[in-house]
Amino acid sequence: MAVHRRAYRPYEGPLTSERWRFLVLPRYALQEVFESRLLTAFVVVCFIPFLVEAAAVYTANSPAARALLGIPSQAVDSLEREFFLAALSVQGVLAFFLTAWVAPLLVSPDLVNGALPLYLSRPFTRTEYVLGKTTALLVLLSAVTWVPGLVLFGLQAGLADGWLLPNLRVAGALFAGAWIWIVVLTILGLALSAWVRWRVVATAALFGVLFMGAAFGEVWRGVLGNSWGRLVHLSYLVGVVWRDLFGLHGRPSPVRGMFDERRGAELPVWAAWLGLLAVCALCLWLLDRRLRAREVVS
Amino acid sequence: MPPVIELLRLDVRLGGRSVLRSLEAALSGRAIGLLGPNGAGKSTLINTLLGFHRPAGGTARILGHDLRDGKALRRLVGYMPENDAFVAHMSGVRFVRYMAELAGLPSEQALERAHEAFFYVGLGEARYRKLGTYSLGMKQLAKLAQAIAHGPRLLFLDEPTNGLDPPARQRMIRLIREIRDAGRTHILLSSHLLRDVEECCEEVLILKDGRIAAHSDLAEERRANRRFVELETRGAGESFAGAVEGLGCECAFFPNGSGTARVKVVLPEATPMRELFRLAAEHDVEIRRMNYRRDSLEDIFLAAMREGGGGGRP
Repeated sequence: MAVHRRAYRPYEGPLTSERWRFLVLPRYALQEVFESRLLTAFVVVCFIPFLVEAAAVYTANSPAARALLGIPSQAVDSLEREFFLAALSVQGVLAFFLTAWVAPLLVSPDLVNGALPLYLSRPFTRTEYVLGKTTALLVLLSAVTWVPGLVLFGLQAGLADGWLLPNLRVAGALFAGAWIWIVVLTILGLALSAWVRWRVVATAALFGVLFMGAAFGEVWRGVLGNSWGRLVHLSYLVGVVWRDLFGLHGRPSPVRGMFDERRGAELPVWAAWLGLLAVCALCLWLLDRRLRAREVVS
Repeated sequence: MPPVIELLRLDVRLGGRSVLRSLEAALSGRAIGLLGPNGAGKSTLINTLLGFHRPAGGTARILGHDLRDGKALRRLVGYMPENDAFVAHMSGVRFVRYMAELAGLPSEQALERAHEAFFYVGLGEARYRKLGTYSLGMKQLAKLAQAIAHGPRLLFLDEPTNGLDPPARQRMIRLIREIRDAGRTHILLSSHLLRDVEECCEEVLILKDGRIAAHSDLAEERRANRRFVELETRGAGESFAGAVEGLGCECAFFPNGSGTARVKVVLPEATPMRELFRLAAEHDVEIRRMNYRRDSLEDIFLAAMREGGGGGRP
C-alpha cells in the first residue's frame, strides 16, 4: 500500500457499477451494527424461538420423540396455520425490538454531523440513499422473520407426507406477512431516525408510536364503542392483515400479544391495508422532507 | 476545451427569495476563486452546481455537463463543505474509504486511496481515531481528504480555512496549491478571505447580492501590474522624463519641490527594467524608491463592492 506517497495524484482505476452502488450503505451499516456485541447477542436471541418451534415441528412429526418426551400423540396431532401465525407473531415482536435498536443508528448519525451533503455530492441520489439504508434493515429483519418462518415451513413439509400442497398458502402468508411488517417497520424506523437526532429518543419514539397508537385505539373504542380508532394501532393493523393472509380473519389469535385483537369487532381487512398504506405514505413524506442535502428556510 | 464552469443566466430562488440572479460567466482557470461578503450567494452557487438546489431559470455547465445531468456531473467533482460533515463514530480512514466507495471506487482501491489521502493531508497518524474526537483543524483536513480521495476533476472547496489557526491555514493553502499544481484537478475555492483566494487562484468571480460584481483574471492582472512602476527620484527633471518616454514608455512626472519628484512609468513588454536604471545613471538621477503599483485583489474586491452587481471584466 502506497501510504508513503505524499503527493496528490488523480485516480485512474476502475469504477464499480452505479446500479448496485447503493449496496455499499448496507454493507457498512451492518458492519457497524455487528460491532456491538450486545446487539449481536440480541440477534442470536432472536433465533431461540425459532429453534424451539423447529423442535416442536420435529416432535410433532416424530412418534419416537413424542414417546421419549411423554407427549400424547393427540396433543400435537398436526400443525395448523395457527402454529405458523403464532411463530410469525413471535418473530414479529423480535423484529420490532431489533428495529427499535438498529434504525436509529442508520440515518440520524448522518444528519447529526451534516454528512448527507457528502453522500449527495457523489453520483448518488436521495432514493439510492434511502434504498441503501432500507436494505440494511430489510436484510436484518428478513433474517429473523420470513427466513426462519420458511425454514419451519420447509421442515414441516419435509417431515409430514402430503402436508405441503394443502398448506402452500401458509408459505405465501409467512412470506408476504413478514414482508408487510418489515416494510412498515423499516420505513417508520428510518423516518423517526431522520427526524429525531438522538438515538435513545428515536428508540423511545418508535415505542411511543406503537404503544400510544394502541392506547389511542382502546380509548377510542371505550368512548365511541367502535374499532376505528385502531387505525393508528400499527401492530393491530398488521395482525388483521396477517390473519387474513393465513385465512384466519375473524378468528381469535393463537397467542395473546402485540398483533392480537383483544376485544371488540375486528376492523375490515381493507381498512387495515389502508391504515398501513397511510402510515407508510406519511413516513415516506417525512423522509422526503428531511433527507435533503441542504435545508431551505422560508 | 470547454470552460470548467459556464454559468448561463443562472437564477436560483430559495424560500421565495431570489438568491442568485442571472449569473453569466465562463470560468476556465485551474483555480477559480469565488469571493463575496457573507450572504452574497457563494455557497448557494456551489450547492446549485452540485445539484442540491434546482435553478429557477437558466442553467450551468460543468466540464461540458449540464446541471440537469446531475449524476454525470457529480462523477467529476469532489466537495468539501463549509460546515461539519462527517459520521462521528467512524474512524477517519474508514469514513474516507466509505465516501470513496460511494464515489465508485472498488473496496480495495478505496481503502488504499483513503490511506493515501490521509497521509497526504497530514493526518496519517490520526487516521484510526474516530472523527468525533478530531479537533476543528483535523476535521477540515479530513473533509479535504474525503473530497480528493476519489480523484475528482473539479474540487469545490467551501471556506476551507474556516476556523483554522495561522499554521493550519498555511498548511491548508499549501495543500490546495499542490493539488492545483498537480495538473489535472480544477479548483473552485469559495471564501470571504481575500488572502486565501489571492494565494491560490488565478481567476476570481466576485458575487454581491446574488449578482456577479466582478470577474477577473488575476494572473493577467498580475502580469499587467508588473509593468506599472512608480519611482521616487532626486535630481530628475523634464529631460529624464523625456528620455524615459524615448524608451517607448508612458511617463508622468510630478515634481515635489526641493529636487525630489515622483515619476510614474508604464513599461512596454519589450523594455527591461534595467533601462530605467541606465537612464537614471546617464542623467545623474538618484532613484530613492521604486514601487510596482499592485492592483491587489483587495482593490478589485473593494471596487466591485462599490460599483455593485451587474458587471465584470471577462
